[in-house]
Amino acid sequence: MENIKDTQWPIWEVFIQSQAGTPYKHAGSVHGSDKEIAMQNARDTYFRRNEGTSIWLVPTDCIVASNPDDAEMFFDPSNDKAYRHPTFYTMPEGALNI
Amino acid sequence: MENIDHQKVFDAKIEQDANIEAKDWMPEDYRKHLIRQISQQAHSEVIGMQPEGNWITRAPSLRAKKILLAKIQDEGGHGLYLYSAAETLGIGRDELIKQLHDGNAKYSNIFNYPSLTWADIGAIGWLVDGAAIVNQVSLQRTSYGPYSRAMVRICKEESFHQRQGYEIMANMMAGTADQQEMAQDAMNRWWWPALMMFGPHDTDSPHTGNAFKWKIKRQSNDHLRQKFIDKTVQQAEVIGLKIPDNQLKWNEEKKCYDHGEINWNEFYEVINGNGPCNRQRLNNHIKAHEEGEWVRKAASAYAIKQKSTVSQ
Ligand SMILES: [Fe+2]
Ligand SMILES: [Fe+2]
Repeated sequence: MENIKDTQWPIWEVFIQSQAGTPYKHAGSVHGSDKEIAMQNARDTYFRRNEGTSIWLVPTDCIVASNPDDAEMFFDPSNDKAYRHPTFYTMPEGALNI
Repeated sequence: MENIDHQKVFDAKIEQDANIEAKDWMPEDYRKHLIRQISQQAHSEVIGMQPEGNWITRAPSLRAKKILLAKIQDEGGHGLYLYSAAETLGIGRDELIKQLHDGNAKYSNIFNYPSLTWADIGAIGWLVDGAAIVNQVSLQRTSYGPYSRAMVRICKEESFHQRQGYEIMANMMAGTADQQEMAQDAMNRWWWPALMMFGPHDTDSPHTGNAFKWKIKRQSNDHLRQKFIDKTVQQAEVIGLKIPDNQLKWNEEKKCYDHGEINWNEFYEVINGNGPCNRQRLNNHIKAHEEGEWVRKAASAYAIKQKSTVSQ
């Protein structure tokens, strides 16, 4: 064990499902030497009350994030495609349930 | 692609009260200011576990012990939320802990005072957490996203801390003459340090200019301190505790309490390491860290071994 470096262990991102059936939401991060310890730490850190029913853990360096500098090019084009929204269309007078 | 004027984008976001996120461009000084402030707060949560930990084995009932344990565990959690937020700014946990141990990072002065009696546990929850809450509520609107979200999470947990402390004080004030005296003594010792938690007067506090400009800080030290005083005086009256300040009186014109002068000499003495418990608090942290080294290493060794047996 002499050649093992003393570290604070790898970082894991914690996602919480607050209720069965709802989407997972990012809560923060924890440190853990492996999956089991990271899971235990996530539970102790983010679940001391009734915060949820399920946890996802992802090693932080596995997260792929979009680049904020590209945000305009990346996300704005969807703005000019109004025909993707139902309100774009004119419905004939009197038509019901559509 | 055209060149992005990062500073302009940043300024516009701050102007519109939008959050800055971890991957967004930010001025180097903004990043530095946040790392200093968030890590100081994280260290405070963790060091703050010591004065209360001092009473776990001596809590007067099983109920009191369970509450105290849960409260202290929350504080450890708060430290971790905040370290997690600081780490999004590109600094590692090892470095943060090293800065604390080297004395390069500070923690709140308040935790350099000793917890002498059980009434101190009441006073800490009621006054110290009470003062911290006023500050934390204001910081929920801070401009850095991960910091703001950590604050929201913390605020949800804090009100139990303050209420359990106030309950201890109320029970003691409803008890024997000795208990009442003990509660008043704790009040006398914690009141002024609690007021100092908000930091120097606005007129002589360094760093605040940029912190306001960048919306890291949303309300001034004096404003927050006044808010704390105004709500705490009534709570003290209800249970019969006296505020140890004979200049404290209601100002009808300003609709708030005027208070006596804070002893800033004491504040700076404690900041500079001469408080009653500075050495003890830091040494305890260093000792726990060093004693944990073999555990961290053993777990790392186990993880490496698991990985190699899986890949074989
Ligand atoms: Fe806390
Ligand atoms: Fe607290």
